[in-house]
Amino acid sequence: MERVLAYRRLIIIGIFLAVGLIFIVRLFYVQILVDKYILSANNNVLRYITQYPARGLIYDRNGKLLVYNEAAYDLMVIPRQAKNVDTMELCRLLGIDRNEYIRRLVKARNYSAYRQSIFESQITRENYGFLEEKLFRFPGFFVQSRTLRKYTYPIAAHTFGYIGEAGPEIIESNPYYKSGDYIGVNGIEKSYEDILRGEKGMKIRVVDVLNRDKGSFQDCKYDTLAYAGTDLYSSLDEDLQEYGEKLMANKKGSIVAIEPTTGEILCLVTSPTYDPNILVGNIRKKNYKALVFDTVYQPLFNRALMAMYPPGSTFKLVDALVGQQEGVLFPTTTYGCPGGFSIGNGKIVRCHPHPSPLNLIGAIQISCNSYFCRVFRSIIDNRIYTSTRQAYEKWRKEVMSFGLGKKLGLDVPGELNGNIPTPAYYDKYHGRDRWHSMTIISLGIGQGEIGITPLQMANLAVTISNRGWYYVPHIIRAIGKKDSLNPGFREKKVTDVNTAYFDIVVEGMADVVTSGTARASKIDSIDFCGKTGTAQNPQGKNHSIFIAFAPKLNSKIAIAVVVENAGFGAEWAAPVASLMIEKYLRRTVRRKDLEERIMNADLIHGINVKNESRKGDFLPD
Amino acid sequence: MKVEKGIFYRIDWVMVILYLALVLMGWLNIYAAVYNDSHQQITDMHQKYGKQMIFILAAMILAVTIIIIEPKFFSQFAYFLYGFFLVMLIVVIFAGREISGSKSWFAIGGFGIQPAEFAKMATALALAKFLGSLDRNIKNPRHLIMAVVIIILPALFILLEHDTGSALVFLCFVLVLYRAGLTGYVLLALVAMPVLGVLALIINKFILTAALFVLSVLIYIRTRRRFRHLLIVLAVFLASTGFVFSVHYTVYHILEPHQRQRINVLLGNNTDLKGAGYNVNQSLIAIGSGRLLGKGFLQGTQTKYNFVPEQSTDFIFCTVGEEHGFIGSLIVIALFLGLMIRIVINAERQRSKFSRLYGYGVASLFFIHFSINIGMALGLLPVIGIPLPFFSYGGSSLWAFTILLFIFIKQDALRYELV
Repeated sequence: MERVLAYRRLIIIGIFLAVGLIFIVRLFYVQILVDKYILSANNNVLRYITQYPARGLIYDRNGKLLVYNEAAYDLMVIPRQAKNVDTMELCRLLGIDRNEYIRRLVKARNYSAYRQSIFESQITRENYGFLEEKLFRFPGFFVQSRTLRKYTYPIAAHTFGYIGEAGPEIIESNPYYKSGDYIGVNGIEKSYEDILRGEKGMKIRVVDVLNRDKGSFQDCKYDTLAYAGTDLYSSLDEDLQEYGEKLMANKKGSIVAIEPTTGEILCLVTSPTYDPNILVGNIRKKNYKALVFDTVYQPLFNRALMAMYPPGSTFKLVDALVGQQEGVLFPTTTYGCPGGFSIGNGKIVRCHPHPSPLNLIGAIQISCNSYFCRVFRSIIDNRIYTSTRQAYEKWRKEVMSFGLGKKLGLDVPGELNGNIPTPAYYDKYHGRDRWHSMTIISLGIGQGEIGITPLQMANLAVTISNRGWYYVPHIIRAIGKKDSLNPGFREKKVTDVNTAYFDIVVEGMADVVTSGTARASKIDSIDFCGKTGTAQNPQGKNHSIFIAFAPKLNSKIAIAVVVENAGFGAEWAAPVASLMIEKYLRRTVRRKDLEERIMNADLIHGINVKNESRKGDFLPD
Repeated sequence: MKVEKGIFYRIDWVMVILYLALVLMGWLNIYAAVYNDSHQQITDMHQKYGKQMIFILAAMILAVTIIIIEPKFFSQFAYFLYGFFLVMLIVVIFAGREISGSKSWFAIGGFGIQPAEFAKMATALALAKFLGSLDRNIKNPRHLIMAVVIIILPALFILLEHDTGSALVFLCFVLVLYRAGLTGYVLLALVAMPVLGVLALIINKFILTAALFVLSVLIYIRTRRRFRHLLIVLAVFLASTGFVFSVHYTVYHILEPHQRQRINVLLGNNTDLKGAGYNVNQSLIAIGSGRLLGKGFLQGTQTKYNFVPEQSTDFIFCTVGEEHGFIGSLIVIALFLGLMIRIVINAERQRSKFSRLYGYGVASLFFIHFSINIGMALGLLPVIGIPLPFFSYGGSSLWAFTILLFIFIKQDALRYELV
């Protein structure tokens, strides 16, 4: 009987083997087939600690440090380890009360009791000093270092831009950025982000179930170092920028100065402005809001790149150049001015009283409206073209060859196109080809639909001083090494107007300053050339405009100034430009009276506007 | 039969070597599981691995003692040992120390002794002794009932200590009864019960009852439709229905909340990975992250840094899976299967019925610990805290399994003398 049952050993062994087989299959599934467990395992024990590199520094053209980094500290807490904390002392150091302490700790605990949360962000270096000594009395608290952007001088806020935390769209579209990373949001910080940011590093630490550090992961084999960002050498002249901002205080408008031979921007002033240091660290949010909601002064609006103005009489220079190129205007061409230019239907483009008739130089010097209306007509009604449209298109092409009506490609984001109207625009407005030279005559004196940014005006001055070419304006002259040239801006742009036609225009501009509309702004022993402009403005007082370059030969600086709602070009923009030129070429300004008058004038509120006594000096243009 | 050579020449060294291999691997795994940099010495007496080394040395002494002891001692004292440990099981309820919810430990100095571990061995002896007598026949209902009582008595006492896991272990003796002649339907029922139990928890019980009814009708039609068949089918149907309802009732009304949660976790009804599902999930993470070859000895992170709870006792298999990967796990499983199969084969060559049935008892005990412990670590069974023989940290378990195995090795070595 007993022996008969011996076969049952096989069944029992079979059961053993069956269970073993089930285990092996399960192990194969868990260990070989599925990936999720190894990922979870790494999640459990590995903490990836980002090493943030220092952002690149920014210098001015004379080697002055403009933008640098300052250490800041985030106070972190691991709630589970925060026991026996000297709460009173910590609250006192941070300037919070006990309820706030508890509130923050509860918030951190709700996120995770074992993982770190920020308890207080971006503590400045001074405050950190006090905290550091006593940190041992606050178990569970530790400090993580970050850097804050700092600005040596409170200038050029719009040009520098600012940095902020990378938002969800950026994190999704660019794998480099992770939550909590900073990215340039505007200005140079944005356009040179890839160069300034450097390369993040990664430290991998192993932690146990209570999140206690257990050392490096595989002897730091997978750790990467952080590489600091590359320094930038700006073409800005700190003195000039600061001086320009002082001159423009309490005025709306902008100053753009460029070195003609290189296209390097010497200053890029927009006003009203703000101190870039207020958009840094934990005060940024509050201050940014205040700036955004200031709809009266619009301090965030970068007028130098984004405001479009009719160029007014400064555009007559372009008429003079294009007219010569088109063969309808010669230095000797003379027109009389009966105090205005009739455009039919009893309408007249008015002109101010002046000697008549005038040749080209005289017309530029005096800024005669009648003269340039005729020049514009002769360009548009040129018989060699079969239609007004064809002539206009040719005119438009030549005008745009000066970099007007389209983005120049500056290395500061936000630049606008400006506007040189297309034929299609007039078709829409008047009907197809139902417009002619007289319909659009205001273009001839820089009024009407035409819109140009201060940057483009400055570039026009550059082009004239170079007699027909320019480099794309740029704010960063060298990357990494001080004397390397920014490779993005080495291509010479040549206008459609022959070099030979420029000298006569330059002569006219010289006369504008010596004895013309801007004679009140001349500088002893510096021969500079300029052109006033007064842009009509349906909203209020005319915009005062002036473009200039100096010296007349081998120019060192070309400049455009716009002062909004101020009056004639000669009244405000010309003296501002004159002071800027003096400042740049002499490094010091001798005309203290003029300087004081401009600096103290508050055109926004109409305070200290002292120019009545010298009214006769400011000629209309 | 001539008895010329010494007993050490007649020992089955295969079993001994398998045993030594498992003990050594177990020790190294405990070292890896609780290893930390400040106590690197594997013999450090203040660490679990140092203590385990003492346990192992003591186990060796026990093993040798058993081999050289009077051959008839264990069959003669089987009932006495059984009785002794039964008393101990009762005493521990009153005099024992409570550790994590179960009152099953005697505190002796710094060590704890768990009588339940030894009771398993004593039960295997007593059962073999009872069924091994020539006049006993399992077909005799009185004898069967006696055998079942021998098995159930210690299990009941252990249940009173709130040590459900250890009580469940006694189920394994069904295999001994089966080898002794119990009908195979019992095994079938044992396989059917968990299947039915799981179904009872995941399917509506009335639909399940209906399905069982249809199945019963179909089976009856396939038989020769005698009255006897009808009765059997009806009885099975009623039993299964009763089982389904009682499983339902037990799980939702009798089990304690933590036990109910463990079952829910297993069935996938509870994916709360921070709560009840934490253990099993962390166990799978540890094992799964070992991949094919493992992270290497002492290189495991999940177990070493305490992500897996109870990693030196109930979840010791995680260390194997994590540090030695699929291959290492395979080796451990193969060693256990090898030992169990070797015991069964050796049991069959016994001339004494006592030795044979005792051998089956030994194999069955290894088998159920192996199945439940690894099954739990792999997330195939609910969390039931019983040790993996030779691997889990603890003196009682190691000594009890050593004694258990070496009594059989001794019996096997003297199989020609013992009839």
